[in-house]
Amino acid sequence: MPLAPRWSLSSGCALRGPGGGGDDRRYLMPLSFSPEELTAIKLSLRVGFWAMLGSLPVAVAVAMLLARGRFWGRSLLNAVVYLPLVMPPVVTGYILLILFGRHGVLGAALADYLGIVFAFRWTGAALAASVMGFPLMVRSMRLSIDAVDRRLEDAAATLGASRFWIWLTVTLPLILPGIIAGMILSFARALGEFGATITFVSNIPGETQTLPTAIYTFLQVPGGEAGAFRLTLVSVAISVTALFASEAIAQRAVRRAAGL
Amino acid sequence: MLSVEVTHRLGTFTLDAAFESEGGLVALFGRSGAGKTSLINAIAGIYRPDRAHIAIDGTVLTDTATGIFVPAYRRRVGYVFQEGRLFPHLNVRQNLLYGRWFAPKAAGGTDFDQVIALLAIEHLLSRRSANLSGGEKQRVAIGRALLARPRLLVMDEPLAALDESRRGEILPYIERLRDELRVPIVYVSHSVAEVARLATTLVVLSEGKVAAIGPTAEVMGRLDLFPLTGRAEAGAILATRVAAHDTRFGLTILAAASGELRIPYLDLPIGTALRVRIRARDVMIALTQPEGLSALNVLPGTVAEIAGGDGPIVQMRLDCAGEALIARLTRRSVETLGLRPGLKVYAVIKSVAFDRHAFAGARQGAASADAEVAEG
Repeated sequence: MPLAPRWSLSSGCALRGPGGGGDDRRYLMPLSFSPEELTAIKLSLRVGFWAMLGSLPVAVAVAMLLARGRFWGRSLLNAVVYLPLVMPPVVTGYILLILFGRHGVLGAALADYLGIVFAFRWTGAALAASVMGFPLMVRSMRLSIDAVDRRLEDAAATLGASRFWIWLTVTLPLILPGIIAGMILSFARALGEFGATITFVSNIPGETQTLPTAIYTFLQVPGGEAGAFRLTLVSVAISVTALFASEAIAQRAVRRAAGL
Repeated sequence: MLSVEVTHRLGTFTLDAAFESEGGLVALFGRSGAGKTSLINAIAGIYRPDRAHIAIDGTVLTDTATGIFVPAYRRRVGYVFQEGRLFPHLNVRQNLLYGRWFAPKAAGGTDFDQVIALLAIEHLLSRRSANLSGGEKQRVAIGRALLARPRLLVMDEPLAALDESRRGEILPYIERLRDELRVPIVYVSHSVAEVARLATTLVVLSEGKVAAIGPTAEVMGRLDLFPLTGRAEAGAILATRVAAHDTRFGLTILAAASGELRIPYLDLPIGTALRVRIRARDVMIALTQPEGLSALNVLPGTVAEIAGGDGPIVQMRLDCAGEALIARLTRRSVETLGLRPGLKVYAVIKSVAFDRHAFAGARQGAASADAEVAEG
């Protein structure tokens, strides 16, 4: 790891905030980003987007299995899915490193046969973020699947719809609010992911340095508070926007599902 | 032609029932828990019975002996549920067209405009299903089932969730399905009034078994079924037709096999067939042709059967020129009058409930409810 943890000192610097330093205008110009900051912002959005999108189909399938399936090993699957929520992120990151690192069991195979490399790439950051957000996504979807009135599915069957069509035309539209909420949660979690990312793919500017790791880095260097503060504002803005968007979309979906 | 034979165990309850139908409307009648819904769910393929043979027009849908089980979505058995079950995320038009998507194009059946007109739901098409009243929901649910081009329509107490006036609103539409579209229907109900009005064939279920089966008037006239059908609503059905109109007093005269019934004027052409239901509690018995009585309707008949055991109330079946009429009276009256099978008596009818099924299609406005006429 390239960075030594110096939390107390750096957060002390940050707390001085606007008005505390000599040059106040640095804090008042949040839109004049350095190239390094811009790269971190773009990378964060990219990582968050792909983490969300990549885990979406898997999460829907797992949520359906956990909500509806009756099979041996269901509780084991349940535990595995929720594990990243309770384990220290660093441990999750380390497990990812063992599995998907260059010499990892899966990482070597993926690199040799498919040319997909996770180690120290932005794809690895996306993988780490998606694993960390996965339990939140599954949980949100599962709740909405449990809330579906299954008698509507029976009704669809008597109207000639096969199981596949029932799922596509009845179940999916009814659980859409849960899916959207899950996607937003996963995206938000991806933007905030720190521990697993830094353990798995380190903190390489332009490749794996996302908003949280960039903020952390800025706080490690003298005079970096301004950059950290700007990125913090961006981080807050993205999170707030995501929350509002999800709320609006979910509200519409709920109203639609209620037939209003 | 529908043939159904089902044996299925559910905990301590065993369903063991069989019936056949040549079309028209078969009513499965019985108390809650008699196995009515389990029977139609087996027909619709919603579950796999332990043992069953179910066939429609020679197509086997379930045959446990040979391992045939056609999944629900391939059966083309339209299902109208008690609570409608419209899809909340679709509007009325999308709900209606849902089944059409999956129906075989060659199956024919009723077209969209015809169904819309028959159920009078055109003004609802762009509405969301949550904004419909209970009666409107059920009409849309019926339309949705019809448009999937079903071989058979099963209806599970489609009126039970509605209040009295809404029921009257839906009944004529079900009659039109039966009479105009000629869709075979299996109709589950625990309401005597509905069954008397709608059923061609009546199957009485009790504790999972068929207690009686046959043409509706015949089954309704049986005394031994009253514990199952409910005593208060017990009654017989007479087939009549409009014989004449008495314009001076504003009466319509109906001809039954055993005599005439006078009821307040009905705007119907002479010759119209009319099914009337006469409740047992509305029938009095006289030994001689009564005189000086305000009641207009007196039918002669013969005592055929007296049932009721040692209780204070007994049921009596009269044979009125081949048709059954049921009277409910006290055991004391039976003794005082010396009533016994074979005795010639006169039935004095206080009130006539009649069913307008024969012409419901022709005049929608008038046929809004089960009509009942009291006089005396």
